[in-house]
Amino acid sequence: MSKLIVTPAPHIKDSDTVSKQMRNVFIALIPALIASVIFFGTNALVVIITTVLSSVLFEVIILKIRKKAIKKSDISSSALTGLLLAFCVSSFMPWWIMILASFIAIAVAKHAFGGLGFNIFNPALAARAFILASWPVLMTTWLAPYAAITSATPLELLKENGISADYLTMFIGNHAGSIGETSAIALLIGALYLLVTRTIDFRVPASYLITVVAMSLVMGQDIVFQLLAGGLILGAFFMATDPVTSPVTKPGRWVFGAGCGFITMIIRVWGGYPEGVCYSILIMNAVVPLLDRYLQGRIFGCKRWNVV
Amino acid sequence: MNLFLIVVSAVLINNFILTKFLGLCPFVGVSNQIDASIGMGGAVIFVMTIASAVAWLFQTYILNPLNIGFLQTISYILVIAALVQFCEVVINKVSPSLKQALGIYLPLITTNCAVLGVAILNFRSNYTFIESVFNGFGSGLGFTMALLLMAGIRERIELAPIPRSLKGASITFITASLMSLAFLGFSGLIPQ
Repeated sequence: MSKLIVTPAPHIKDSDTVSKQMRNVFIALIPALIASVIFFGTNALVVIITTVLSSVLFEVIILKIRKKAIKKSDISSSALTGLLLAFCVSSFMPWWIMILASFIAIAVAKHAFGGLGFNIFNPALAARAFILASWPVLMTTWLAPYAAITSATPLELLKENGISADYLTMFIGNHAGSIGETSAIALLIGALYLLVTRTIDFRVPASYLITVVAMSLVMGQDIVFQLLAGGLILGAFFMATDPVTSPVTKPGRWVFGAGCGFITMIIRVWGGYPEGVCYSILIMNAVVPLLDRYLQGRIFGCKRWNVV
Repeated sequence: MNLFLIVVSAVLINNFILTKFLGLCPFVGVSNQIDASIGMGGAVIFVMTIASAVAWLFQTYILNPLNIGFLQTISYILVIAALVQFCEVVINKVSPSLKQALGIYLPLITTNCAVLGVAILNFRSNYTFIESVFNGFGSGLGFTMALLLMAGIRERIELAPIPRSLKGASITFITASLMSLAFLGFSGLIPQ
């Protein structure tokens, strides 16, 4: 009888761990990292290194203050937060703002809520929204690739001057924008890797992109342009899919992605900002607890969706 | 279309809690449970709509003709409070089920700053009677939306290992500030 071990469910265990998932996302972000350094040079590299290092540093300091053990998953997740945060700002950002942004991401958006796994809002996006509200001019000053001259992003050009960009340029990413968002091809390679390794669920990005296509049709926008522009691909595959801040249930994920797409297009077409990916994901993050509560999946053995 | 824009603006862009930071006491006080916040939301929608209507009538037919606009704040408080109390008595008598739903929340918010705020802002924006009523309704709707979102979040983080010094009202305010940042995305949606 001594071999009988009584434990609560789940009984089926997998070799998957938090740090393994984080490592997969890191691998998936390598093409975009290379593309960003090619296009924006050492400026981008400085921003990325500063943000990643300061995020990890704040994580370690706060864990020490909270007297918690420092685990591998804490380090890898905070490094990932730092990388994503660096990816969604301009290469023009001064290093000290990025250190402050890392603090907001790690201390306010994550550890105030209890640390890894308990944050309500995506830490990188919350920090981005914070610095965008605090330094709007710096955050919307973009550098052109290969050069030290400022330029506008395709979405800004469309909103202010009505000029649409050429698809190939946008696909490769040879245009002004946030560090990691410009190169659609590099991000898509990474996204494919995430989908193949089943690190992310296809439902959120699928419903996000489908909604953007549908909204573009309804609003009379250029579909390919809207899909390639701004942070949509980065947001749909790498940020909206964050397992902590996206819904647990399948119907919840469809609704979550659709909500993100809907708000993104509303802000892009009618809003005051040229880009709405960051805000749309943050707003939908706030809805996630309600989605999880009211849109529960099909219970095993039942026929109908169990909508409470 | 104009009325639709007024409602959208009141819900998303000029949300009373997330943009104007009014009515924070019921927001923090009642947002710990979803059920309670649904009741509270219903009461706020009801009171804001009624208050907008009656304050507009009061302003147009009593304060303006008599030229006593300086009594606006105090008279609004009095009129709104009296009216809501009156409504409560009527609801008590007529519809016990509605009373059950709005219950204790009605008297709680009669003299709330958000309710007074919507009446005064209607006057400042020079809204017509219909526009005022719709703005009141939209503001109540926006309040309810923010309250529901917050209640969902608070129910989720109830068991999270939040640092002790941040538990309760502190984390609610931090969450509200992050929500407010997120809703900044809607700014400029409707040209003022």
